[in-house]
Amino acid sequence: MIGQIGNRGRGLGKTIDWKLVIIYMTLVLIGWANIYSSVQATDSTGLFDFANRSGKQFVWIAAALVLAIVILFVVSPRIYEGLAVPIYVIAIGLLLAVIVLGVEVKGSRSWFALGPIRFQPAEVSKISTSLMLAAFMSQLGYKISRFKDFVITALIILVPMGIIVMQSETGSALVYVGFIFMLYREGLSGWLIFMVGMAILLFILTLTCSNFVALLVLAGVSSFCIMLYSGRGKWWVFFGIPLIVLMAFLPRLLPEDFFLTPTHILLVVMFILIMVAAYVAFRERHMFTHLSLIAVLGGIMLIFSTAYLFNNVLQDHQRKRIEVLLGMKEDPSGVGYNVNQSKIAIGSGGLWGKGYMEGTQTTFGFVPEQSTDFIFCTIGEEWGFIGSSFVILLYVLLIWRIIRSAERSREAFTRIYGYCVACCIFMHLFINVGMTLGLMPVIGIPLPLVSYGGSSLWAFTVLIFIFIALDRNERKYF
Amino acid sequence: MTLDRENKLLIGLCAMAAILIAKLFSIQILDDKYKQSAENNTKVYTTIYPTRGIIHDRNGKILVGNKVAYDLLATPSEITEFDTLALAHVLEVEPQFIIDKMAEFKKNKRRIGFQSVVMMKKLPPEVYMKFAEVSYQFPGFRGQARNLREYPFNAGGNLLGYVSEVNENYLKNHADEYKAGDYAGMTGIEAAREKELRGIKGYEVWLRNSKNKIESRFKEGEEDKEAIPGDNITTTIDAELQNYGQMLMNNKVGSLVAIEPSTGEILALISSPGIDVDKLADFGHHYTEISTDPYKPMYNRAVQAPYPPGSVFKLVNGLIGLQEGVFTPNTTYPCSMGFHFGKSGKLRCHAHKSPVNFEESIMMSCNAYYCYVLKDILENKKYENIEESLNKWREYVMSFGFGQKLGSDFPSEQAGFIPDAAYYNKYYKKGGWKALTVISLSIGQAEIGCTPLHLANLCATIANRGHYFIPHIIKDSENVTIDPKYKEKHYTMVDTTHFPKVIGGMYRAVNSGYGSGGTASIAAVEGLDICGKTGTAQNPHGDDHSVFICFAPKDNPKIAVAAFIENGGFGASYAAPIASLLTEKYLTGEICGNERKALEKRMMEANLLHKVRIKK
Repeated sequence: MIGQIGNRGRGLGKTIDWKLVIIYMTLVLIGWANIYSSVQATDSTGLFDFANRSGKQFVWIAAALVLAIVILFVVSPRIYEGLAVPIYVIAIGLLLAVIVLGVEVKGSRSWFALGPIRFQPAEVSKISTSLMLAAFMSQLGYKISRFKDFVITALIILVPMGIIVMQSETGSALVYVGFIFMLYREGLSGWLIFMVGMAILLFILTLTCSNFVALLVLAGVSSFCIMLYSGRGKWWVFFGIPLIVLMAFLPRLLPEDFFLTPTHILLVVMFILIMVAAYVAFRERHMFTHLSLIAVLGGIMLIFSTAYLFNNVLQDHQRKRIEVLLGMKEDPSGVGYNVNQSKIAIGSGGLWGKGYMEGTQTTFGFVPEQSTDFIFCTIGEEWGFIGSSFVILLYVLLIWRIIRSAERSREAFTRIYGYCVACCIFMHLFINVGMTLGLMPVIGIPLPLVSYGGSSLWAFTVLIFIFIALDRNERKYF
Repeated sequence: MTLDRENKLLIGLCAMAAILIAKLFSIQILDDKYKQSAENNTKVYTTIYPTRGIIHDRNGKILVGNKVAYDLLATPSEITEFDTLALAHVLEVEPQFIIDKMAEFKKNKRRIGFQSVVMMKKLPPEVYMKFAEVSYQFPGFRGQARNLREYPFNAGGNLLGYVSEVNENYLKNHADEYKAGDYAGMTGIEAAREKELRGIKGYEVWLRNSKNKIESRFKEGEEDKEAIPGDNITTTIDAELQNYGQMLMNNKVGSLVAIEPSTGEILALISSPGIDVDKLADFGHHYTEISTDPYKPMYNRAVQAPYPPGSVFKLVNGLIGLQEGVFTPNTTYPCSMGFHFGKSGKLRCHAHKSPVNFEESIMMSCNAYYCYVLKDILENKKYENIEESLNKWREYVMSFGFGQKLGSDFPSEQAGFIPDAAYYNKYYKKGGWKALTVISLSIGQAEIGCTPLHLANLCATIANRGHYFIPHIIKDSENVTIDPKYKEKHYTMVDTTHFPKVIGGMYRAVNSGYGSGGTASIAAVEGLDICGKTGTAQNPHGDDHSVFICFAPKDNPKIAVAAFIENGGFGASYAAPIASLLTEKYLTGEICGNERKALEKRMMEANLLHKVRIKK
């Protein structure tokens, strides 16, 4: 199990993916430098002073490197597959335990406090879920299209996700949605991603426009897909489009005190068409149409339950953030404050930035959480378009390289695990940077490797270095 | 490259990254507004406070001036090690105070950052100068000059009002005009004339660098704005007279109001007990003490307290009777220790000769005489019923300014009360009352309520032989113009020809000598021709209130005074001496003769506070 250092296979220099390690180190150091810059306004102490965040981050980085070395040189990469199940179970246990034993931080109960050190089991759970998925899905004979396999796979993802939602850490839970890309790679129908995308679109349309508009879009998109896939594309052009246009003008055409609302009429029309389509599909034994129709019914249900979901399931602060993002409410000094100040910070950076430690916006504390969730603001302001694009490209490179290595791998376990890592990093990157740019609602998740904080840094270090170790293990022999 | 799922995902990754970079490009390169917002965020506005306008008395003496005090500011991020004892010594505080403050700064380090915080407020200049000499030893500490109010005369504490830092409530009501840390007049003239006195704030624009240190003037001060000092205010108050009046009213509860009849200008307005000006300067410290004082020094009785006026009101009834023609100055009425009516009704009077004519009735303050007068006014056949005649009477009374706000420049002025027919209809039912029911109105008792300012105005009206100017406390000055209404004559409904008779009675009341039956002989001053009328307002809660109005000289009067001393007994006991002393002081500048000086001493030393019932 232990002590694989030696001369078996090819040497260190050739087996370790040094490019990945270099990208990793670059991001960690960029993070550390910017944490120092963002805290120096209030704590004008040294880079290594343990009393401030840059000093602490140094300690976390040092610890992360120790972890990396242990993973690379001490632990055998072969154990992960076997330990995936116990690790997964322990992680679930921790997730549940933290609800009872954890300390409350900003309204969510997701941290264990051990003296001065706080630790978030949700971070561990990313690793354990990735390992578990890789272990389960790499079994011989696994087929994602088989119902039982699919359900178990979904449960592996949904159980930790659900518990994290219960901890009121919706942001962290959202990351798990990213696993859908890995599932896609492993053979999941692309329609599933399409349906998830549609669901989000319908949700937003219902909130920002109306039920009617959302229904109309659903009808248009679904009828197009169904007609195209059943070989009636021309019909759709000649009958579908005029009908949709007619429906779109329904609110204007109807007299004001007509006894049916446009929404009702549209629903009736859609219902009739669905019945017709179902009959035709039954006669032609067209499976796609049947599934599509079920999806359409699901879509209609989603539209009419959106208001309930939005007002009753989401928490107040989450609702406000979504409202501000979608422009439903102007609130530049309340919830919108962070985003507004964050955009000012990034926007004022210009092409080259204001220079290291010269950012006025971030150092005066206009941007809250500037060393953790909003660290990208410091980068944007002080390093400008050049610097922030560089950081985004580094992430793209990191994810790209992980995917390419995963693809090259001969073992399904390594490949699936690699995709899981890539998905996690991607989700964090897109949600976090999207949030600072005002593209996403304010969801408090860190920028991997860059944001201040030990828990997150260690989790991503372990996540990435397990992959490097797995990858190295293969390179040794092939 | 085939379009397998790996490549699709990689394309998706690049597309997402492209979206992020495109958004970055849009806000960092294309859009300028964020750069401006960031620049605005780094601008620091430092307020320049204007000096507040000065309040002068009528003779140009400064009632309220400005003096400089210093706030000691600490910038914790710049403080290095220093000698705590030495600093405590120059600042004249306990070393523990400095130690506590330092601990507090350390605790709030994150919140304070590079900012400066106020460590001590209102250091007097002497202390500050001592500190300034050695301030180089204490980096991180500096002084900031600030204007404070200064009061050279102890005159008119409650008239002037106080200035204090605006509180949350005030800010809520004046959201656009004030910011936290601003000062505003809260009461009195300071509040009433806040708009003129406050001036206009200016500011300097500075830029701070990324270390939150102030670096340079923004555009060399191009956007700066100078502060504009507040306008000076001239009051009609005579500082010396006001001060003297306060001394007379010491340890008494009541009011003393003096008006210049020819202009309506208030020469002195004392509500006792009042607020010492030293307490005004630092009102915050004394607030609890003042607001819990059982004698309510914040309450300006002179314009806010409605009292029954007592016999002083007979002058009004007499004038109305003459105007209505229900009697002539020569009409005599008998008085047998009072006015008898019905089976056993009697409105008592004191012992004096009987019968008396009009002038004598004023001189001796006969109650019965005015019972006849009022009865005849109310039972005048000219009017259909008593309701009509009472309302007519009320109309007359109100033409003297009673029963309504006079319109003075005291925002808190009260209207008082003069009953009308509807009031009695409600009280006694329609038809359930007659002249004799309300006969107490004849001698200024019963439901009548008027403020000392109303009485002073009555006195000025009589002195002017039938007209008054609305009493006011602010005069025209360089930048301040008062409302033209203060320069309009207001005539009563009584012809001016009737007034000399009343004045004759008032003259005789004062100047007939002891033993003559005149009620106000104590107020007489040789050569001043004081005319006056006493009043004794019955008070169900304790000793009667002592009331006196007078003006002088008889011809071409210069001053009209109303004195109202709570629980002072007869008009002649306190109100008359105090009013006459004030008059003498104003007209001659001093109190002449041993007898008058003894009276002055007695008045100043008299303490009536124990007689005043304190409402809990």
